[in-house]
Amino acid sequence: MHWSNYLEPLARGAWVTIQFTLYSMFFGAICSFAFGIGKLSKNWILRGISIVYIEVFRGTSLLVQLFWLFFALPIAGDMIGIDLRLPPVTAGVIALSLNLGAYGAEVVRGAIEAVSPSQYEAARALNFSSLQTLWRIALPQAIPEMMPSFSNLAIGALKDTSLVSLITLTDLTFAAEQLRNFYQDSATVYTMVLLMYFGMALVLSMAMRLLELSVTRWRGTVR
Amino acid sequence: MSDPIIAFDKVKKAYGHFTVINELNFEVQRGEKVTIIGPSGSGKSTVLRILMTLEGINGGVVYVGGEPLWHERLNGSMVPASERHLRKMRTQLGMVFQQFNLFPHMSVLRNLTEAPRVVLGLSKEKARQRAEELLELVGLVDQAHKFPGQLSGGQQQRVGIARALAMRPKIMLFDEPTSALDPELVGEVLNVIRKLAAEHDLTMVMVTHEMRFAREISDRVCFFDKGRIHEQGTPEQLFSQPKEQRTREFLKAVLNG
Repeated sequence: MHWSNYLEPLARGAWVTIQFTLYSMFFGAICSFAFGIGKLSKNWILRGISIVYIEVFRGTSLLVQLFWLFFALPIAGDMIGIDLRLPPVTAGVIALSLNLGAYGAEVVRGAIEAVSPSQYEAARALNFSSLQTLWRIALPQAIPEMMPSFSNLAIGALKDTSLVSLITLTDLTFAAEQLRNFYQDSATVYTMVLLMYFGMALVLSMAMRLLELSVTRWRGTVR
Repeated sequence: MSDPIIAFDKVKKAYGHFTVINELNFEVQRGEKVTIIGPSGSGKSTVLRILMTLEGINGGVVYVGGEPLWHERLNGSMVPASERHLRKMRTQLGMVFQQFNLFPHMSVLRNLTEAPRVVLGLSKEKARQRAEELLELVGLVDQAHKFPGQLSGGQQQRVGIARALAMRPKIMLFDEPTSALDPELVGEVLNVIRKLAAEHDLTMVMVTHEMRFAREISDRVCFFDKGRIHEQGTPEQLFSQPKEQRTREFLKAVLNG
């Protein structure tokens, strides 16, 4: 088989991988901000929920989370009489997003805490409410600090999507497995897959770099 | 005299076992320009920080405009102030910080318009107009669209003053406004403060090490030591004929230093 014959099935798999990456980045970012800010809340219930979420999802493996959502949750649902069967796509996106969000939440928390106390004092002196201070003073200064870590997490998320192949989803890794089983051409297939992941990671890191530049424009003005 | 606009009644402030302010009694009249001098660690900045509600107190009562600042009157008794009460009280006060504390991610103009728009609910045009008047006052009209990082320290502090004034406070607190500046930039900031001092209605409390300036603009100078007012009087009295030994030592050290 010529290598170009593998391209089409692999490209279809790569498209699934890209979609999973983008979805999990989107929902992961929402979780990151929600729970990262939650962990800094004065309300102990919100803080407690955030801490438990972060520790549970950082402290267990993504693969186990994926299997649990896909295989264990329906059984648990059965026992209490609710249908909790998730389509594999949903289970995959939920597991990836929650896992990414747990790491991202710590990044968000750290960056907000790194905003200088003098900025909070200035905000207080100008009579901003705590929500206004968070939204208008702290976050705009914290988000640039988050970007390098977010880039790392985004690339990590891209690579983690390969695990969804284990719950029957035809992503890039799954497509590669199929081709390899069929044609017994491991060297070519895996080399191509390697290059495709690398290419996607490169594009992703460039996109994150652009995003970083756009949120740090004001910083270029510091002399 | 009328009721003081600021009154400290036996105020105490401690960090753990370290007492910063000890049974302080201190009053400022409406429109008065008061300067606080004293050695570092004497609690002078703490007085301003308590007034700006950046730090709470451990005893006594602070009154601003006749109302308790850190307490609320509830059915005839005093209870610790709620955030709502503090926000209401804060509208009377503005503060200029030693390190300027401008918002680095906002243009100069936005530094001046953000709080009036968001906190006071001014329209965009109104806030902008107010900001432009203030930039005129501090001589920075042409810097409106720059970011704080592009300005010199003296310019940043002038923005800091304008930003506080944009909220139209009755009382302005200056916490060592020129201490972080290169010597050649001190003058431009003092000139702006001098202009404000000429305003009859504005009450000013300033902590500074600029003795000559304190002498020039103040109605009254207070010498702080160990969390209390050790001596106070008109600039003439305090600088020319200090009564207390401790005051004389301090003045000798800073004036010859």
